[in-house]
Amino acid sequence: MSALTFLIVAVIKIAVTLGVLLTVVAYTVWLERKLVGRMQNRWGPSRVGPFGLLQPLADGIKFLLKEDLTPPYVEKNIYLLAPGLALIMALTSIALVPIGPIIHLFGISTPVQITGVVDASGQASDINVGILIVLGITSLGVYGIALAGWSSNSKYSLLGSLRASAQMVSYEVSLGLSLVGVLLMSSTLSLSGIVHAQLGTWFGFVPQWFIFRGQFVAFFIYMMAAFAETNRIPFDLPEAETELVAGYHTEYSAMKFAMFFMAEYANMVTVACIASVMFLGGWSGPPLHFLPVAIQAFLPLIWFSSKIFFFLFLYIWIRGTLPRFRYDQLMAFGWKFLFPLALANVVVTAFFVAIRA
Amino acid sequence: MHQFLFLFFGAICVGGAINLLIQRKTINSALSLIVVMGSLALIYLLLGAEFVAVVQVIIYAGAIMVLYIFVIMLLNAGAEEEEKAAKGSNVAKIFGIPGLFAGGMIGIWVLLQHRPEEKLIPIGALYGPADQVGMMLFTKYLLAFEVTSILVLIAIMGAVVLARRSNS
Repeated sequence: MSALTFLIVAVIKIAVTLGVLLTVVAYTVWLERKLVGRMQNRWGPSRVGPFGLLQPLADGIKFLLKEDLTPPYVEKNIYLLAPGLALIMALTSIALVPIGPIIHLFGISTPVQITGVVDASGQASDINVGILIVLGITSLGVYGIALAGWSSNSKYSLLGSLRASAQMVSYEVSLGLSLVGVLLMSSTLSLSGIVHAQLGTWFGFVPQWFIFRGQFVAFFIYMMAAFAETNRIPFDLPEAETELVAGYHTEYSAMKFAMFFMAEYANMVTVACIASVMFLGGWSGPPLHFLPVAIQAFLPLIWFSSKIFFFLFLYIWIRGTLPRFRYDQLMAFGWKFLFPLALANVVVTAFFVAIRA
Repeated sequence: MHQFLFLFFGAICVGGAINLLIQRKTINSALSLIVVMGSLALIYLLLGAEFVAVVQVIIYAGAIMVLYIFVIMLLNAGAEEEEKAAKGSNVAKIFGIPGLFAGGMIGIWVLLQHRPEEKLIPIGALYGPADQVGMMLFTKYLLAFEVTSILVLIAIMGAVVLARRSNS
């Protein structure tokens, strides 16, 4: 592949992925309002378009047209930098996620993954330390929230961002450790390598995903830590509206607030992507030979998107079900329960991997 | 290409470090330290040490600097107050800065005298994936690795003792 073709393919992949991601983000908000509405025995958005389907569009126009206030006494440069930082960090990690296998179009073969290429042997390959880069970007995402709260010069914002940074730093430890078991079993740090390690099936239909190969506990640790990382209920203390008005984004309005909002939902999508890649086999699934060939070709994308939908639905479902934690409960849960459990999982997995080797 | 990128990120790194020293506000200094850490990670990446580069971002930019920012937020440290320069600091300015430069130059000269000609590797020719780093840590540098972990353990226990004492 020449340099020019590579560049064109990369730009097309980035444009398509970003477009799909932003659409998914917009419609996750719609889905959340609709589902939480049904759970609370009301309709949810129903006025704009059929089933309120055009509501995200209307919200977008509203955010663009509202007055963009910058309160006095804020630390202006950092105040303006923070929402951009949060959004960029949230959107970047999707580049590492393997969304599908190699596709062949117009004589060009390329994996459905922004950072993925086809290597000399015709296999899909990507960055060797992909999962670590995702963790690194996630850990940089704290700055958006921390700086927003500090630069706003408001006590609610400051308290919210203090809570957020303490919570995210604490839960990052369990999040990273819960992935170590999977890394030990797949013996690679590359995300497409991890998907390829889960491709086989038992008895022809039960897929060999890591969740079925002993990483069941790790999956639950990851999910709980991920809920805390994305500041979602039941861990949404940084924006607890009963105590802190709106937490770290209290002083933000119009598009700058919308950027925080989009960053939160983009983070949810990324977390769902990583969970499905690490534990649920990414785009792989049980083979369905009875389907026509035309649908078979799209099967990986269907598997991947249905897994993402499952995780997003879980997020909303839990939001409609659980109340918020108290802050000391949150810290005790993270450090005294999740962290030792994740460590134990690493030790046990390492033991079994060593026996088998 | 590698040479250009090395010079580019090297310039950002040095610029960030200078900005770190001349900024009056604590938070701006902390932010420029993050820039320094990030460009250092990119220089490691250019040297082929991808694992070390990513770990640099996760540990320094993602964890340690967050704690720095956390402390700055808690103390709400504002701009550093400009005090009238004492006589001693003026003397340090006149003799210290040229002295520091001269010392640095001598250090570089000594290092250049002793560089092994044939063992130099051009930028971009080296490759250090995670498994090789792990192999080195658990064979050749095992003692240093274990001693460092004991050092970290002592530091953690020290922190716990200090925190307990102020509570009671």
